Amino acid sequence: MKLSIPEEEIMGHGHLACQGCGAALAMRYALKAFGRNTVMTFPACCWSVIDGPFPHSAVNVPLFHTCFEAAASTASGIKAGFDAQGKDVNVVAWAGDGGTYDIGIQALSGAAERNDDIIYVCYDNEAYMNTGVQRSGSTPYLSWTTTTPVKHPKQRPKKDIVSIMAAHRIPYLATASVAFPEDMITKFKKAKDIKGTRFLLVFSPCPPGWRANPENTIKLAKLAVLTRVFPLIEVENGRVWKLTKKVRTVKPVSEYLKLQGRFRHLSEDDVAVIQENTNKDWEILMDKVGEKD
Amino acid sequence: MPKKSEVKIIFESIKDMPPLAVSLYTMDYNKTGSWRNVRPIIDYDKCTYCTICWKFCPEPSIDLEKIEVDGKEKFKPIINYKYCKGCGICWTECPVDAIYTEEESE
Ligand SMILES: Cc1ncc(C[n+]2csc(CCOP(=O)(O)OP(=O)(O)O)c2C)c(N)n1
Ligand code: SF4
Ligand code: SF4
Ligand SMILES: [Mg+2]
Repeated sequence: MKLSIPEEEIMGHGHLACQGCGAALAMRYALKAFGRNTVMTFPACCWSVIDGPFPHSAVNVPLFHTCFEAAASTASGIKAGFDAQGKDVNVVAWAGDGGTYDIGIQALSGAAERNDDIIYVCYDNEAYMNTGVQRSGSTPYLSWTTTTPVKHPKQRPKKDIVSIMAAHRIPYLATASVAFPEDMITKFKKAKDIKGTRFLLVFSPCPPGWRANPENTIKLAKLAVLTRVFPLIEVENGRVWKLTKKVRTVKPVSEYLKLQGRFRHLSEDDVAVIQENTNKDWEILMDKVGEKD
Repeated sequence: MPKKSEVKIIFESIKDMPPLAVSLYTMDYNKTGSWRNVRPIIDYDKCTYCTICWKFCPEPSIDLEKIEVDGKEKFKPIINYKYCKGCGICWTECPVDAIYTEEESE
């Protein structure tokens, strides 16, 4: 029998992620795709902690911890250093959604505009988890967080980071999910072999932050795709949009929402609005993809 | 004797420290199996060696052993209880319910 993803484990065990952490799985798959000829940089995020205390490290590739706003610029600098030495290394910025959608967006936009030869991965758990579940630009509409309590849940939609990055006309960007590791690893391998700025967004459930059961991490990540809440796509040069996972039987968003405590306060009307928004976003995406379904 | 890679590095003085913040060792010393409340156990009579549990373990704490079944090479999943945190993903995702659970007593 052949395994559907590479057998070699680069990420080690003993790391400090919570039980069922999607971000830990995302790293496991990412390293399988990138291989050992990789250097990473983390801004402040859960992964700064998950990796373990100095001088120990769970990723087993060289790693540079950087400040919250500087993942992309740190990666650009590391890449320039390797270029000067004539070394060809995959340089990966690995950041959370807070470090990407919000505080790190200036550095990311700069690197993308220059088309610096780096891979930027955002593991998206839809809030500032490391500091105790504060709202981020990625937190979905009407979600609970500690800064958007149930009496005042988030009133703004999740920021469309994919369109923002596509507008930079970078050679490659893709979304991925920990529930579809084969798709994710194919995209990460493809990204590795492209020159220029590559942006990869990985949907990564966070059981404590989403008030969800750790055993449901894969279920939730799968439902996000099957309900069209998180479509799996690729965008080349900002212009060619492709859907990489076609959903034959679309599920209602309620199936995804009801497994998560962060949405427990929603009324039926709220769920209907979320369903409507999801349908509208899908139509807009289909226009870009140039498909009808 | 613990394996060398399972030892936690403690610097006695500043002179032992490397000049730069480099990683010297893995996190293997950190036995996250102690976090576990519920123990997953694979029933190999039911297991079809599909390796889905291995694929989705975030630790990773399921190892694969190459075995032969009816002349065909298969991968047998073996849970590494030193590190398994008991998250429940494996027993939730197993398509044939071959993973059962027991409460940890200690
Ligand atoms: C300039 C600055 N502001 C605030 C912090 C505190 N801080 C550290 S991690 C973090 C949250 C990171 O959230 P995200 O990027 O989504 O990653 P996650 O923790 O969710 O993995 C915050 C606010 C910091 N380290 N630096
Ligand atoms: S808080 Fe969430 S993202 Fe952070 S380590 Fe725990 S499960 Fe993972
Ligand atoms: S319970 Fe979780 S940590 Fe333990 S083997 Fe299963 S998937 Fe891995
Ligand atoms: Mg986050």
